[in-house]
Amino acid sequence: MIAELKLLKLQGKQYIPDITKATIPPPFKGKPIINKEPADKDLLESICPTNAIQKNPFSIDLGKCTFCGACAFYAPQKITFTNEHNMATNVRENLIITEGEENHILLNEALIRKEIRSLFGRSLKLRQICAAGDNSTELELNATENVNFDMGRFGINFVASPRHADGIVISGPLSVNMAEATQICYDAVPNPKIIILAGTDAISGGIFQESPALKREFIQKYSIDLYVPGNPPHPLTFINGILKLIRKKM
Amino acid sequence: MNTSINELRKKNIQTLIKKFVSVKNNQAIEIQSVPILNYTDFYTTVVDIIKSNDTFHCVNYYAYPQKNNLQCIIAIADDETKNILLLSHIIENAKKKKLESITQSIEAMHIFEREIAENFGIYFENHPWLKPIRYPHNREDTSQNIYNYPFYEIEGSQLHQIGVGPIHAGVIEPGHFRFTCHGETVHHLEIQLGWQHRGIETLFLQKTKLFQRNTLAENIAGDTSIGHSVVFCSVIEALNGSPIPQKLELERTIAMELERIAMHTADLANLSIGIAYQLSASVYAALRTPIINFLQSWCGNRFGKSLIRANGTFHPFSLILAENILKLLHNYEKKFDQMSQKLFSLPSAILRLKGIGNVTKTQAQQIGAVGMVARSCGIIRDIRASHPSMAYVYNPYFTSITTTGDVFSRALLRRMEIKKSIRYIQSLIHLWKQNNETIPSPILDEQLSLKKEHIAFSLAEGWRGEIVHSAITDSTGKIIHYKIKDPSLHNWKALEIALRELEISDFPINNKSFNLSYCGNDL
Repeated sequence: MIAELKLLKLQGKQYIPDITKATIPPPFKGKPIINKEPADKDLLESICPTNAIQKNPFSIDLGKCTFCGACAFYAPQKITFTNEHNMATNVRENLIITEGEENHILLNEALIRKEIRSLFGRSLKLRQICAAGDNSTELELNATENVNFDMGRFGINFVASPRHADGIVISGPLSVNMAEATQICYDAVPNPKIIILAGTDAISGGIFQESPALKREFIQKYSIDLYVPGNPPHPLTFINGILKLIRKKM
Repeated sequence: MNTSINELRKKNIQTLIKKFVSVKNNQAIEIQSVPILNYTDFYTTVVDIIKSNDTFHCVNYYAYPQKNNLQCIIAIADDETKNILLLSHIIENAKKKKLESITQSIEAMHIFEREIAENFGIYFENHPWLKPIRYPHNREDTSQNIYNYPFYEIEGSQLHQIGVGPIHAGVIEPGHFRFTCHGETVHHLEIQLGWQHRGIETLFLQKTKLFQRNTLAENIAGDTSIGHSVVFCSVIEALNGSPIPQKLELERTIAMELERIAMHTADLANLSIGIAYQLSASVYAALRTPIINFLQSWCGNRFGKSLIRANGTFHPFSLILAENILKLLHNYEKKFDQMSQKLFSLPSAILRLKGIGNVTKTQAQQIGAVGMVARSCGIIRDIRASHPSMAYVYNPYFTSITTTGDVFSRALLRRMEIKKSIRYIQSLIHLWKQNNETIPSPILDEQLSLKKEHIAFSLAEGWRGEIVHSAITDSTGKIIHYKIKDPSLHNWKALEIALRELEISDFPINNKSFNLSYCGNDL
């Protein structure tokens, strides 16, 4: 017993006291800033592995971006990835960062259904569906529940059954082979329910866009309540995104 | 008498080896120089050489389609000479062809023949278990789908089946587990995979830009981003023929070993959850955090995505990083040792781990187990030692093994390998500090010129086991075939075997003790 207590003491304080104010030190690649400096836009468009960069107007789509940083490496005067991890939103278009724009990525309050806040504000149970995710997003989602991030303190947990859940969290680009299982799982969640897309792969297919082995109709069929960008999304991006969705005041 | 038999054996093996073409790890050769035998010769040569000594094992056997024909290429690792032996046979007018199965003689070949059968409709006669392995989008027989998999059935009035998945209770990848039980006892477990199939090998050809392929390699298995992208870059560098600075090799090796420490620690945490020991579950999970946060401080990503690029990197290692990692490992080790001493001497923990989920050395050899699974059954199989690349060449790694083949053995091996990796990284940092080379930027598409009509094989020991990539180029130097093998492809069979005659409640700790990759298998 004494030995265990000593061991515990040696660990020190592990939890992050205020999740909403926590920062991630650079070189963490979060929300990019694109300034109006000139740059070889053709080169930048061509080196982007997922077509996240568009030329007119010059922009980066964080729903497609894998945060590899190649663009910032070849045009440091033009593109900088900041350590701003608050990137989750309920509007797909808000993930497109255009030249000269330095606003924060926000949620559109008007689009948040009333029942989300009244019912889930203090307790949200989620069923995770890995639809061909590569296990990095899944590991980060597990990390949200560890002693550091401790998402459980907000009443947000992952549960074992869709019957116990208030919504689903999809990771991965949605393979053909997982299409039916995803639908069955969603149908089993009682109403009202939410859908969260975690990671670039889920939001746009990421590097797997145009793969003949994907079936993404599910994403188009339903309205998405939260997009959480990242490859994989950082636990702080995920937790803060959900908090903004379910709580009016933080 | 004995010596002469030995000499005769050696001579026989020498004659057999001469039928192959021998290459080193990461060496590109002309595709024409891979010998083509008729199937009967191919069959006997492969069987004879693998049976001759357990230092030979097949690292990949795949079919490369050309018009109406299939060229089936086998790569056998020869651990004694550190060579990879290549040989092939051609199946003409490949539609619905029948071939005698090699699996009858060498069980470990079962998975490769199943893959060829599923992809191209070749029927391997007398294969004991010719079932689909991943239901790829371009499979030959589309009437077979993931919902009509032919599960093995045992009939009996007191038997029942339990189906689990594809979506599991936890936050993990999808797979379907079918248990045939009598009461609590599992008589048979069959694992059906394929749910994760994303068409990666097709995408490797469809997406022609280097950064696209590099990103694909990072996403083959996100928990092995570094392992797979290192092997991918090695294939490209072998075909491009330009050597990379030793310093870059050192940095990649540091990254490989950090990934190993992080994932082994995560596995020990998961195993602790499996035996309901909250203290070590929390401590190990917390210990993993600074390691992956270090990777983030190096390249901005906790899994090392974007760190490894061909011929150079966006994120060179630095003196500050070197000091930080040494300090970090020192602190890590202190806490890790205290926790591990407790866990591995706690009677209730040991009782739960020992004697459960046994895989014997013979079984592991039969299924062609690789990596951690092989080493936890007493087989010395480790690419870092047997076919070294990167810093493993001049800074030798000495492989550890455990022998009991149970859950405890796999847990103990992780503890030992973590300690070894810490020592190894320290020696790498020492070498790195003495090296004054400059690290170049990654190579761009227009600077790349791949050798024409060549084939290259690259192998490396990821934290799960051997990762094998190979690529073939055409007469213009374009990659026309890309093949990936994750260690899990072999090792899933070990989990099925481990579960036999166990209580079904022992499944979770067994599954966690293997921690195999679903997406690595499904591609």
